[in-house]
Amino acid sequence: MSSLVHGSLVLAGRTFGHWRAQPVPFVVTLLFPVLIVLMMGGLFGGAIAGSAGDYVPFVVPGVLALTMLFGLETTMAAITADASRGVTDRFRSLPLHSGSVVAGRCLADLAASVAGLAAMTLAGFALGWRWSAGPGEVLAAYGLLLLLRFGLLWVGVWAGLKASGPEAVAAVQIMVWPVGFLSTVFLDPATMPSWLGAVAEWNPLSATADAVRELFGNPGVAGGSWPADHGQELSVIWPILMVAVFAPLSAAAYRRLNR
Amino acid sequence: MDAAIEARAVRKHYRGAERPALDGFDLRVAAGTVCALLGRNGAGKTTAVRIMTTLLAMDDGAATVAGHDVRTDGDGVRRAIGLVGQNAAVDEILGGRANLVLFGRLRGLAKAAARARADELISRFGLSDAAGRAVGTYSGGMRRRLDLAASLVVPPSVLFVDEPTTGLDPDARRDVWATVRRLVDDGVTVLLTTQYLEEADELADHVAMLRDGRVVLEGSPAELTSLIGETRVEARFGAPDDAAAAGRAAGRYAVGPVEVSGVGVAVPVADAGAVTGFCAALAGAGLAPVDVAVRRPTLDDVFMHVNTVSEGTR
Repeated sequence: MSSLVHGSLVLAGRTFGHWRAQPVPFVVTLLFPVLIVLMMGGLFGGAIAGSAGDYVPFVVPGVLALTMLFGLETTMAAITADASRGVTDRFRSLPLHSGSVVAGRCLADLAASVAGLAAMTLAGFALGWRWSAGPGEVLAAYGLLLLLRFGLLWVGVWAGLKASGPEAVAAVQIMVWPVGFLSTVFLDPATMPSWLGAVAEWNPLSATADAVRELFGNPGVAGGSWPADHGQELSVIWPILMVAVFAPLSAAAYRRLNR
Repeated sequence: MDAAIEARAVRKHYRGAERPALDGFDLRVAAGTVCALLGRNGAGKTTAVRIMTTLLAMDDGAATVAGHDVRTDGDGVRRAIGLVGQNAAVDEILGGRANLVLFGRLRGLAKAAARARADELISRFGLSDAAGRAVGTYSGGMRRRLDLAASLVVPPSVLFVDEPTTGLDPDARRDVWATVRRLVDDGVTVLLTTQYLEEADELADHVAMLRDGRVVLEGSPAELTSLIGETRVEARFGAPDDAAAAGRAAGRYAVGPVEVSGVGVAVPVADAGAVTGFCAALAGAGLAPVDVAVRRPTLDDVFMHVNTVSEGTR
């Protein structure tokens, strides 16, 4: 157990070393969601909510959830790069606890997501976003966001181990956009054609976005459907399902590296 | 002597592959020696290394490395070995020194010890000037040296080196050779795979030639060359008639059929010493060669022989 903790901490430290060595890509990753809020708020805020100012309280919590989805790419890209460059094999040739590589990835990526949430929160404040809830609710909201990230992390680990190379990562980087738009991150599904709205409501991203809007005391979607009215439950169930499915799949994929 | 590496009847068939990558692979490497696993692309060299370093599971057979069973004591194997894979597997974003500190920490060294060891290796491998630079900016030779250094952070008792000089320029290649020789002086057992006969000749105490997933011939470089080939005296003359006359005059030194072709004659002899008698016989017959050379068989000939012979019997 201590070797697992030691190995994961050292490997998480490796990622922190990457940030120090190459701060620009890291900062760009942090600021990208802020750019999305500025763009969406500035361009569509008026059309969607009447004014950019009225759109900010709705869109900021949504983009906080979207930031967690972007993290999926980070995880997958890191896992794929190490596998294709032989770094994973080098780790596997060392007397390390077999869980260290993935656990180190988890720690580093959760730390990156905490930084991403902090950056987005500060930017949100600068744009006039506020929560009207007690500290317990606010903490719960951030907890739900990180829980989603934790679930997506295992999707990313699995996809990274299965990916043949950078092309697969690029495909996922494209696919996060339809997933992001087909949710309640930017829009109320009530404004969508009903079948599309149903897809958006069942999107795990929507569950978390709806739940944190409620916890922060920000305006939410109109609701009326089962998934829209059970955002908080779903925001816990979805990530747990992701871990339950993809953690064993990832472990199996990792073991299969020796086939 | 104790075997540092022992493989018996190892078999590995990749899913979907037409033929097994290893098919009855046997190998024994004595402790403190260098063994070169020689073979063409696809002969099974890398598969053998991956199995013995626990990266790959074998289908059948048995193998021990430094006394640890590869199948049942993977962690014991991993504690005893160093691996330098085919593509320099180091972190491209971190600097050379940071890489060595990372691998030291992963091998359980404390922070200060890992740093001290990294500094020592950086200067020993001539990387001091580039220690803080991202490895992505290193030349191929520097990466190789760093890769070797990374596998030595905790001195291994068995070092696996998979095609260490593929793609390197001659200077960098000699560098790597010098490093491997130094390791052997320190008592490390080295298994290296290579496609270069020169490299095997240069470094190895023992050469195992791999073809179609099994060792088809092995021995010291000298044993292998004497096994196959014969030493030949080759001479060239000004005119074809002289060459024919020389073939007749030198006949009694020949241990096989004399070949005359154009102005050249080739006489298989028992050893290189026969060249004196051959020249005396030429002088006695009043023949003056333009050029005389003794040609010993090289590992190259052995390699060609192994590959053509087994090709003929398939």
